[in-house]
Amino acid sequence: MNLSARKMNRRSLPGFGLTMGISMLYLSLIVVIPLSALFFRTFDLTFPEFWKIILSPRVVASFRVTFGASLGAAAVNAACGPLVAWSLVRYEFPGKRILDALVDLPFALPTAIAGITLTTLYAGTGWFGSALLPLGIRVAFTPLGILVALVFTGLPFVVRTVQPVLETLDVEAEEAAASLGAGRWHIVTRIIFPSIRPALLTGFTLAFARALGEYGSVVFISGNMPMKTEITTLLIMTRLEQYDYSGATAIAVTMLIVSFALLLSINLLQARAGRGQ
Amino acid sequence: MIANAGNPLTGDPVVFMPEISPGAIGGRGVKLTEPWIVRAGVIGFSAAFMLVFVCVPLTLVFVKAFEKGASAYVAAITEPDALAAVRLTLLTAGIVVPCNTLFGLAASWAIAKFSFRGKSVLTTVIDLPFTVSPVIAGMVFVLLFGIQGWLGTWLDARNVHILFAPAGIILATMFVTFPFVARELIPVMQKQGTDEEQAAVVLGAGLWRTFADVTFPNIKWALLYGVILCNARAMGEFGAVSVVSGHIRGATNTIPLHAEILYNEYRMNAAFAVASLLAFLAVITLVIKKFAEVKVKDELAVRGNHTAGGR
Repeated sequence: MNLSARKMNRRSLPGFGLTMGISMLYLSLIVVIPLSALFFRTFDLTFPEFWKIILSPRVVASFRVTFGASLGAAAVNAACGPLVAWSLVRYEFPGKRILDALVDLPFALPTAIAGITLTTLYAGTGWFGSALLPLGIRVAFTPLGILVALVFTGLPFVVRTVQPVLETLDVEAEEAAASLGAGRWHIVTRIIFPSIRPALLTGFTLAFARALGEYGSVVFISGNMPMKTEITTLLIMTRLEQYDYSGATAIAVTMLIVSFALLLSINLLQARAGRGQ
Repeated sequence: MIANAGNPLTGDPVVFMPEISPGAIGGRGVKLTEPWIVRAGVIGFSAAFMLVFVCVPLTLVFVKAFEKGASAYVAAITEPDALAAVRLTLLTAGIVVPCNTLFGLAASWAIAKFSFRGKSVLTTVIDLPFTVSPVIAGMVFVLLFGIQGWLGTWLDARNVHILFAPAGIILATMFVTFPFVARELIPVMQKQGTDEEQAAVVLGAGLWRTFADVTFPNIKWALLYGVILCNARAMGEFGAVSVVSGHIRGATNTIPLHAEILYNEYRMNAAFAVASLLAFLAVITLVIKKFAEVKVKDELAVRGNHTAGGR
């Protein structure tokens, strides 16, 4: 029944060949061929050469800085994002709609603009920087600065994945629990939190994946000291500028594999959440 | 009914029933919100978080841009290098956005209106540019078209320049921004199903008529939002463009690259003046998004009622 309906569907609407052809052609030219060029390029390297590049101290240090800051920023967003989403969905307060619209700003504002803005803000002479300096907190040109920039870029991912789930949450379950005498804290932790958990995990992973590849918002504020505050994407950039294509390729392929693994885990997560519903 | 059934393990009648007041079942009378102090705390925290991470930075762009007065602002955005950057940015978006829109429409039509093998693979490939770092996106074009690259020497002999030229910037931008339109359209078109289109085809409409008269009115707001977002990202792309541009002043600098150069030369106010153009664009994008979002919800709701009534 379902199968014949599918066949009907395919036969009765026009344009499958045309639209599929355009999509595949475009995808191949713009994405698949260029990306595979990157992978083929790694075959120029032998395995020992590849590992030597990847495990060199400066590259390992950049991985540590990038992964550490990205995880930290995703964690900050995973902790604060749901609260923002909760306020926007469940509460009324003045300026709520403006705040809601501004959640997407990090997504719409070019990364370089975010970079110079945050750096100016947190530099010793900046609005925030000059206030934090007497407390002995330096943000710009330290790993903390990288974290701040990545919290900014990751913000919409957590809020925007959790928010729709909160909006469609079944109030009846909460009503039932409340009428059974469950306290509010109990309801929030036992009923609401479990239902937003898959979305929260997806948002966390998206923010983390985005942070790993981030460049524009970080390079200005990070200070770019090798071994200390040099992120991996900047290292790739440096290698390219030195025409060290093999070095750049090895680092880039490693990063790509990590990103693809994260993308895959997001898809699996969503498939599992979809089955659960 | 539940009370009669009792507890299946012990056989005891369920004891909590009398506590439910009739109002509670309707949703009133049951406490479904937090104490005011918690509410105020959560709202305060969220607002403070947003203020620190989003509102203050946005304000800073405009404050710094206009710090030296309107004439300095105008001078910064009308100097020849800035104008060249604006022109290149407009050219890039002018080519990238229509191409990506065409692709987005084609891909979403194929994915949402037909079932075929490998659909999920195709959707994943469309999402790839979201997970690829912009720097790596730019780099793949260096590997292809650079002097050490596969096509570099061949193209160079024919005097075709892609790297360190507008063509490279356009290609890199296309790569980074191409999922946006498709991503907005696919879910909307999938939810709307194919009933209306099939009716149109049965009535004798061809592909173009079906799309223009039946599908397009249902997706126009989602399309607008996808295009607007794609445009904002195309004009503001930095990492990928930075790799392929070569930073040649007046020739291969886009607005973000020009802002970077000014910033690195400590011409802060000029840098922020140029940056404010893109910040304006971002704010306009958000306003249109907010507006389009409401319309998309209407588009889905209207369609939802149709199908619910029809089945």
